[in-house]
Amino acid sequence: MASPNTAHRILRGHLWLVYGFLYIPILVLMVMSLNEGGMPTAWTGFSLKWYGVLAESPEILSATVNTLIVASISTVIATVLGTMLALGVERRRRSSGLDALLFAPMIIPDIVLAIALLSFFTLLEVTLGLHSIILAHVVFNIAFVCAVVRTRLRNFDQSIVEASQDLGAGDFTTFRRITLPIIFPGVLAGALLAFTLSLDEFIIAFFTAGAGSSSTTLPMRIYSMIRFGVTPEINAMATIVMFVSFTLVFASQRINKGTITGQ
Amino acid sequence: MRSLLLILPGVGWLTTFMIVPCLIIFAYSIFKRGVYGGIVYTFTLDNFARAADSLYLGIFLTSGRIALTATVVALLVAYPAAYAISLAPREKQTRFLFLIMLPFWSNYLIRTYAWIVLLNREGLINNGLEGLGLISEPLPILYNEFAIIVGLVYNYLPFVILAIYSSLQRLNPEIREASEDLGAPAWKTFLRVTLPLTLPGVAAGAVFVFVLSIGNFITPDLLGGGRLLMVGNLIYDQFLTARDWPFGATLSMFLIMLMMGLLFAQAYAVNSTQRRSEGNG
Repeated sequence: MASPNTAHRILRGHLWLVYGFLYIPILVLMVMSLNEGGMPTAWTGFSLKWYGVLAESPEILSATVNTLIVASISTVIATVLGTMLALGVERRRRSSGLDALLFAPMIIPDIVLAIALLSFFTLLEVTLGLHSIILAHVVFNIAFVCAVVRTRLRNFDQSIVEASQDLGAGDFTTFRRITLPIIFPGVLAGALLAFTLSLDEFIIAFFTAGAGSSSTTLPMRIYSMIRFGVTPEINAMATIVMFVSFTLVFASQRINKGTITGQ
Repeated sequence: MRSLLLILPGVGWLTTFMIVPCLIIFAYSIFKRGVYGGIVYTFTLDNFARAADSLYLGIFLTSGRIALTATVVALLVAYPAAYAISLAPREKQTRFLFLIMLPFWSNYLIRTYAWIVLLNREGLINNGLEGLGLISEPLPILYNEFAIIVGLVYNYLPFVILAIYSSLQRLNPEIREASEDLGAPAWKTFLRVTLPLTLPGVAAGAVFVFVLSIGNFITPDLLGGGRLLMVGNLIYDQFLTARDWPFGATLSMFLIMLMMGLLFAQAYAVNSTQRRSEGNG
């Protein structure tokens, strides 16, 4: 029988292997994007030329602009609605129906939501474009913002709000002076998370963008690039996108400890 | 009353853009496909009969097998990793967990693409093994079920670790100590006390991986070589290539029902574990 210490060491070793499994594939991409020759077979020298190739592509630039529009607007809408939902839900008696409604967008397979929305928009004869992607992205973004803000609300003492009301502050004053400052880090962190998810979302955007390249988003562009195989441009693109996601996620966790790790 | 006003806009949005679209999918499944791909509003159960056809049943079974394998592998890798994090000093646990979750929130396409880079014929793994003289010909490790399973485990592992860690952390250490004080060896304490009490976390992780794997589109599409392997590809194909929306809707309906069934089963499992641990404590 192994001693507890040996067991702990084995577990710790396993954890490091898991980190390797999670990060080595990403690191390989990043290193390859800096390889002048662009191929994994041989290192031919450090170069940023693949990043230059990207910056010169008008398709990539317009897709980036589209993505930023979709992510910003859907984040603003979802942050307002998600925060209101969190405030309302936490005041009400627990309802499993409501919980299920708020959990469903996180677990419904993307392809199902994507084709359901396509059917919905087609039936109502809504022209597809960036606006339909935004309407769709708000769905999952609401759920994530609401979940982050709810966690924040649960850890705060409701008696402060009651105290404020007892002292004669109106609803709006109490919200602005008491509740909002307390939950604000949660709201901001939830917004950053929503923005990240929207930046990276592919399938729902693909189905709700409609024909024509004017509403192509960056993940849609990346998808069509990937289908052609491994190229140094994608590696450079991938490195930038991963770097942006990592920064936003890091900021989100920093502002509101527990956004990412759920405590 | 005020809480109702607060939740109404959000609930309204989710109802309009999620519930109603899903109900449309339910409705489409009992209609006929038009000659040019539209929908003819004539009642039919043909789509359901067709879904039971051996070709499509086979795709469902393959998807189920792939999703189940990914779930089991993810649980086996995640549990010891979550356990290792829960043994670390308190102040380090959040940092360890954050590093696990960081890739999970990043771009899914790129995380999947990374495995094309590693697994292809001229990829790092084949090249490395050839360089070491271990193989003379590239291993066929991309564009098959193996690659799909690796991709699914890679993408969903962080969430499983988080779910199991959360339930390990909620565990009352006194219960474990009591078992040890009563003379139970460490493995027995683990099997009889720790593992049963952390089953809610295991179940949450398992349902998550299984549902998102069986309905996955990107991973089988990119790592499976673009053949019709899983339900996700099939639904995509019915909507964009075959243009048979009613049949695609029927297939999606099965996924929605499967998802709801598993969520209920999970909620039931969590409740019964809670009852048991209350009974013991």
